[in-house]
Amino acid sequence: MSRLRDALERGEFVITGEVAPPLGTDMTGLRESIAILGPQCHALNVTDNQGATLHLSSLAASRTVLEMGFEPIFQQTCRDRNRLALQSDLLAAWTFGLENLLVVTGDDPRGGDHPEAKGVFDLDSTQLLAVAAGMNEGRDMHERELAGGTGFYLGAAVFPEAEPWDVQLDRALRKVEAGAMFFQTQAVFDLDKFARAAEELRPSGVKLIAGILLLKSPRVVRFVNERLAGLMIPEAIAARIERATDPLEESIVLAIEQARELLAVADGVHVMPLGVDGAVERIIAEAGIG
Amino acid sequence: MIITRPRDWARVEANLEEIGARRVFIMGCGQCATVAKTGGEEEVLQAKAAIEQSGREVAGWTIGEVACHEGDTKLTARKHHDALETADAVLVLSCGAGVQTVADAVDKPVLPGLESVFLGNVVRHGVFEERCQMCGECVLDLTAGICPVTTCPKGLLNGPCGGMWEGMCEVLTDRECIHVLIRRRLSAQRRVASGSLAPKDFSKKLKPGSVNLRAGRKETGR
Repeated sequence: MSRLRDALERGEFVITGEVAPPLGTDMTGLRESIAILGPQCHALNVTDNQGATLHLSSLAASRTVLEMGFEPIFQQTCRDRNRLALQSDLLAAWTFGLENLLVVTGDDPRGGDHPEAKGVFDLDSTQLLAVAAGMNEGRDMHERELAGGTGFYLGAAVFPEAEPWDVQLDRALRKVEAGAMFFQTQAVFDLDKFARAAEELRPSGVKLIAGILLLKSPRVVRFVNERLAGLMIPEAIAARIERATDPLEESIVLAIEQARELLAVADGVHVMPLGVDGAVERIIAEAGIG
Repeated sequence: MIITRPRDWARVEANLEEIGARRVFIMGCGQCATVAKTGGEEEVLQAKAAIEQSGREVAGWTIGEVACHEGDTKLTARKHHDALETADAVLVLSCGAGVQTVADAVDKPVLPGLESVFLGNVVRHGVFEERCQMCGECVLDLTAGICPVTTCPKGLLNGPCGGMWEGMCEVLTDRECIHVLIRRRLSAQRRVASGSLAPKDFSKKLKPGSVNLRAGRKETGR
């Protein structure tokens, strides 16, 4: 059974990290990240052509995490594969021993490094969750019996700070209805909004793992606000990083504060260290969440 | 309305060069391409000037009533038979459907002068927007008359995606998220969103489409 699932169901506060597969076949950097983050985390997300930019597949890199003795969260986007390829990769993932699955829509190709690519989106993330839930019950999306089904711990994404909240909440509840058992959120900056999400989603039994993004430099702050989502990082936090004499140190201190606060309202934290893998151990230790 | 845009003229020139065309006949379209300001009289005359500027001759020009109408285009071709006979190539300023109709009707190399881009609503004169992709399986009854398949850049039936922020679309950042608009209109009409929408059935729209009313409404993909 998935250790992540086991920990969450026992009520343990979990820590998940994130690794990105390489653009190429050299796994050295990936293995280094896994070696640093693996021992600190219950499970590691393995991204799937993140930002619609080309990388080695999440399937292969998730297997590397497993081979190194850690637990991966296999990410699947709906952007690059149609329903045949998605189902076939899910079956493959299960035979590889990948037990955690995070299903997301995927960024649009026009924002990535192959802007001329066709975005597939044959299924959306809610529909793919339902397909995976069906596979867990031993059938494909045509209700045909599989010669051996899957047993994924199914996850999805939610953005607790995006408004209008009623639309977000409705979408999140539909994901739960479709089979999501845990959520990982985008980076949380507004604790009140996260608490609102937790209050409304928890009754469904779904677990909430709150995102912490290491704002390691003013450049990252600008990138998130300009390229990722509106003005997601509040003025006060942005200013704190921008005015700091040592922005990296300030971002670690901020992450520690955030993790400490989230301990009371979330089921776990998902740390996105943006390459500063070494900081994760300190964040966990100083926040007292380990 | 089929919306077209001018094709890169260098490519048109290269096409003419490849087949060694010295004399060119130009055909526009009196319907969509005229409204889209890509294949009406003004644009045909601009093409004529450009062809002449490159040292080629224009054997003649015309604007058919509806380029994609086979009977109509055959008639137009017959009317201009003599001029077409002297031409080395025909340049068609219409959508791809019109280009193929002309290519069937005229025994000469036929070249596209436009790119076909979408089925467009005429928002107002000169302003066109894509609202329908002709998917063969309409969901507008469930989505308050707003098509997510076409107007969500990702074509998601269930949205919004994780990029929506303050109600705005992540991809086209100056536009509201279509899934927010759908929900708003549904609640304004006191209608309830009908749960998650099921995956689309793409077999409802198999290529190439055809409908034959004379054969008891025979269609492809059905």
